[in-house]
Amino acid sequence: MTEIIQKVKNLSIGFKSKKGEEILILRNISTNIKKGETVGIVGESGSGKSTLALAMMGYVKHGLYTIGGECEFNSSNLLKMKNRDLEKIRGRKIAMIPQNAGQALTPNLKIGYQIDEALKLHSDLKEEEREQKISELLNKVRLPSPETIALRYPHELSGGQQQRVAVAMALAGTPDLLLLDEPTTGLDVTTQAHVLELLNFIAKDTGTSMVYVSHDLGAIAQVSDRIIVMYSGEIVLEGPSRDILKKPIHPYTYGLLKSIPKLSLAGLPQSMPGSQPQPGTMQRGCSFFDRCDFSEEKCKSNSPQLEYLEELNTSVRCFNHKSLMNDSQVNQTVNKIKTSLQDKEILNISEVSISYAKQNLLDQVLNRISDDNPTVKDININIKKGETIALVGESGSGKSTILKSIAGLLRTKGGVIKFDQKRNLPSDLKERDPNDLRIIQLIFQNPDESLNPNHTVEEIIAQPLKLYFGLKGEELKKNIKELLQKVRLGEFYMSRYPRQLSGGEKQRVAVARAFAAKPDIILCDEVTSALDVSVQAAVLNLLQQLKEDFGTTYIFVSHDLAVVRAISDRVAVLYQGRLCEVGPSKDVYQFPSHPYTEVLLGAVLEPDPDIKPKLVAEDIVEEKPPQKGCSFQGRCSRILGDICKNEIPPWQITNSGNSIRCHIPLKELQKDQIN
Amino acid sequence: MLFLIIKRILLGLITLFIVSLITFVGTEILPGDACTTYLERQAFGEQLEACYRRLGLNVPAYERYVSWAIGAIQGDFGYSLSGEMPIKEVLGPRIKNSLVLASAAIFIGIPIALILGIITALWRDKLPDVAISTVTIFAMTIPEFISATLLILIIAIWLEWLPGIVIVPTDVSFFELLPNIILPVIAIAMIMTAHMARMVRSSVIQVMASEYVQMAILKGVPYWKMVFTHVLPNALLPAINVVALTIAWLLGGVVVTEVVFNYPGLGRLVIESISNRDLPTVQALAIILASIYVSINLLADLMTLMLNPRLKTLQIRK
Amino acid sequence: MKLDNIYQEEKKSNFTKVSEIIITMASRPSGFIGLSILIFHVILAFISPYIAPYDFKAINPTLMLQAPSAEYWFGTDDLGRDVFTRTILGGRTALTITFFGSLIALLWGGLLGIFCGLVGGKTDDIVMRIVDAFLSIPWILAMLLIVSLLGTSTEVLIPALGFFYGKGIVRVARAATHDVIAKDFIVSARARGHSNFSIIWYEIIPNVRDAILVEGAMRWSWMLLGFSSLSFLGFGVSPPTPDWGLMISNARGLMSFAYWSVIAPIVGLSSLIIGINLTADAFAKALGIDRSTKAPV
Repeated sequence: MTEIIQKVKNLSIGFKSKKGEEILILRNISTNIKKGETVGIVGESGSGKSTLALAMMGYVKHGLYTIGGECEFNSSNLLKMKNRDLEKIRGRKIAMIPQNAGQALTPNLKIGYQIDEALKLHSDLKEEEREQKISELLNKVRLPSPETIALRYPHELSGGQQQRVAVAMALAGTPDLLLLDEPTTGLDVTTQAHVLELLNFIAKDTGTSMVYVSHDLGAIAQVSDRIIVMYSGEIVLEGPSRDILKKPIHPYTYGLLKSIPKLSLAGLPQSMPGSQPQPGTMQRGCSFFDRCDFSEEKCKSNSPQLEYLEELNTSVRCFNHKSLMNDSQVNQTVNKIKTSLQDKEILNISEVSISYAKQNLLDQVLNRISDDNPTVKDININIKKGETIALVGESGSGKSTILKSIAGLLRTKGGVIKFDQKRNLPSDLKERDPNDLRIIQLIFQNPDESLNPNHTVEEIIAQPLKLYFGLKGEELKKNIKELLQKVRLGEFYMSRYPRQLSGGEKQRVAVARAFAAKPDIILCDEVTSALDVSVQAAVLNLLQQLKEDFGTTYIFVSHDLAVVRAISDRVAVLYQGRLCEVGPSKDVYQFPSHPYTEVLLGAVLEPDPDIKPKLVAEDIVEEKPPQKGCSFQGRCSRILGDICKNEIPPWQITNSGNSIRCHIPLKELQKDQIN
Repeated sequence: MLFLIIKRILLGLITLFIVSLITFVGTEILPGDACTTYLERQAFGEQLEACYRRLGLNVPAYERYVSWAIGAIQGDFGYSLSGEMPIKEVLGPRIKNSLVLASAAIFIGIPIALILGIITALWRDKLPDVAISTVTIFAMTIPEFISATLLILIIAIWLEWLPGIVIVPTDVSFFELLPNIILPVIAIAMIMTAHMARMVRSSVIQVMASEYVQMAILKGVPYWKMVFTHVLPNALLPAINVVALTIAWLLGGVVVTEVVFNYPGLGRLVIESISNRDLPTVQALAIILASIYVSINLLADLMTLMLNPRLKTLQIRK
Repeated sequence: MKLDNIYQEEKKSNFTKVSEIIITMASRPSGFIGLSILIFHVILAFISPYIAPYDFKAINPTLMLQAPSAEYWFGTDDLGRDVFTRTILGGRTALTITFFGSLIALLWGGLLGIFCGLVGGKTDDIVMRIVDAFLSIPWILAMLLIVSLLGTSTEVLIPALGFFYGKGIVRVARAATHDVIAKDFIVSARARGHSNFSIIWYEIIPNVRDAILVEGAMRWSWMLLGFSSLSFLGFGVSPPTPDWGLMISNARGLMSFAYWSVIAPIVGLSSLIIGINLTADAFAKALGIDRSTKAPV
């Protein structure tokens, strides 16, 4: 057996509530981290995974305290250690790579200084050697021109670069154990894949142990040897990575894996009911009882213990794991989506361009926008009634910008948006009549921000009903109840405030509010990306059900290609505000495709250790679209030469009706992509 | 960067212009004019005529404004009715005396405020914080005239350590002034220090809760090194502006304190000229005090610009 | 992770909300002290005319500057008036004038701030420039000028104080509005086509109300400080009305041998200002707002 580097024993961490009760965030956690292995800790928000990672450095956040147990490193308990001794371990023996490097780098200090600080503290190198070492470290994390980067301030770097700097800083002390707290969350898909690849390389190269904390099973699957699954402060499953992803023997993990949409499967994944209990609301019995498909009477009153199964080298917290063992191969069944597509076009977007450039005085006087290189340009999409069309791209692709223009929140610079083939929708919100406004409704990414915290659910849903239909009194109440029923929320939710609801419930309220207007088109802006995985599938299924009931058209914006694959009929891929590819989703996800689509598809992380991401293009952040030529020229690995730089590529249409905008002939595109 | 500096300066000048308009229009629309107000019941005949000629009130208002403004830019604020000499001459020594008083309070107050603010933040909710915070609440809320009165009662009258009332001529030398200003300085500095200490405290607490401070701890940076390199530069930067606003606001407190101690500064001039209904002097005081306010804020803005890396590098990026 | 908000609650009436806030305020020692002092002063202001042992303006040359005794608890002043009577009556005018002054400040400052925050652009720039200009004239100079030219009647003092102390509220309300209108629920309401009035009334005000109220409470204590400074300088309440600022100013010259006539009003005024301040602090904390970063402008 290999050497154990960190030993967590019966660890419980919690806080005192206002009423003086002790509320546990972590409940009796025990686990070992071995030398050289990478352990993935996965769980939803509130499962206590970050608290556990911090405890492994002997750090407990302000307001929390250790109730019992220890974190043993080199046979001393970090949680009882004096600060002076901890300073010698942190950064030198155990280092942390934080979630949001943009926030975790001190804003007033240059990158070079911050790495140098770690070197000064944790090595005996002289000044010139340290300078040398900084360059080396920045090189190792593959940052271009280390000398100039070292002189920059954190805010001058892109998100991906900041994350790399954080990695370099953690490596400065040559630690034995690296803790990574959601290190790729918040990064673009392609950047995320690149950073993960870098982390894998570093794990092999330096032989450090890693603890990788994430909510994303896809990311965990790519890096870890062993996986720990956490649920409301407890370990529910722990074992070798492959076994857990392929044959999970805990109902939560099983359900979780089933609810994640996959690129290879069209249609909606099955959803798990309910949501994770909040700390302090735990009842007696198994904490997963309410949501479990395999539960029995005894699960309600008895808490299962973590049981070690020798033959599988796995620990599981479930009475019924044996019944799961037999048929737990995750055979993902999907709810095939019914297409309610009609031939009638409901929205024509033609030649739309949008500019964020500041108007100069003359333009302000003439009330026009003059910008020869607008943020969004040449958008032509026809949307059929009952269709779900997805706009896909990384941040800065202009996908949300287009949504805002359709909603009238952002003036277009040029082009026409036509509703129902006859009415032109004015570009300015104020010029649209109430009916124009009613037919298009929005659902936002973050329900915390899209619901007024001072209104009850009843008041929130009543707003469109009062505004568009002038409903009052009993009729209004009746309508609200019906809408709540449609989004599967009980009547008693009417008097609740958003802060009393879980993320999924809040998003349901937002959906109900959108449908209250009886709209023809609903614009969905990243509607599931703020939600936990297990809740995401439920919301997607709900949206699909409502669409079938009402015949609504969805314009769905997302960065998550697997989610898009699951819900959409047609996909439009955007880069730097220009369309790259538009087509039926099953064709877009097959080759041939636009080189950028290829990059995006390659970077998707699937919760399957056998599917590795493919890194096709360099991960560079471009600030502005190129003045002329193809929008993707800056990052394209297959660039042909001057033609791509000077001429806007033509639309090429494949047999299946997929349009690709590229200079490379379709046949050649396909040839290379299949290999 | 240069553009930003110029923009701030221009904005300051615009503010001053609006202030001059407000004071001018203000005195214009209030009942009576400078002469009738000053002379009150003697406002008739020869005396009124003479006053009008003296102040040039018999020309249209906008002409008066223009000539007044041109004079003001050159430092000539017109003629003081009560002092019976050019306002410039009345103001000179008063400004000097008030500056001595205010800057002494500021130079004593800021370091103390910083130290207290940092101590209370770092020992948050512990004994030093509770003790100091309680004292600052009292110091902050008690009006200057009360603290000044109590200081005189206790230190000057009961203990007889220092003179209670300043009885010096307006053009006194700095060293003669020194023993006289100790009590007024304490009275002014107390309330200002308390305000600033509270702001520094909450700013430091905010930064201590930030992710980058947590990161620095997890990096193994020793506590005090972390406080000085990671916390304070980021905590004190936003405090600069708030401190400037506090200083400017306390100009009002200076007026009251000067009256209590009978100190020959701008503040007492404010009261005197208002009691004497000497409108030209009041106008001059308004514009001077506003200039002080604007320059303190401008200074704070410029300091923030110089120190903030985000703004420093703006020119490179854009 | 949110550590609070783990309790499920149902919609409450305004009455229960208010009483809960008061209970939260009183649960801290500083909040409890502040509230008690404030309530004591308010009750005193209401009942003092009925419990005052002597006539506040009765001059009695034979009783000049008596030291505190069983008969005259706080002694007498230079005109032989009972200091105790004058002290318990001395807060009434100040309390009333500043209370209504704060209400006016709250109203105009809050509404203008919300309006500027919502409209933005040039209108906002121009209004804020003017507000800035007003801010840069020291309040004391402006107040003194107004009072000396228009007199010291309540009708002059309340709006003048309200105006000068509302400027700061404009900034706070504007900043709070800026924070709110960036949120998606405002975007959502705009996209639905609600009128500006409805957005202000229904979406913005409920979310900025707390910040503005806290600011108003804080202004109250500062306004009291400012108003008593005016009285002290002789530009506030006119004699013989009993007023703490005025009493301190009158008795100050005699304090070397009759300190009691100064101490009583000092204790009265200081305790009221501290009471309001502690209450405002506790109020801010009960609503979850940090007010210590604000400059007293």
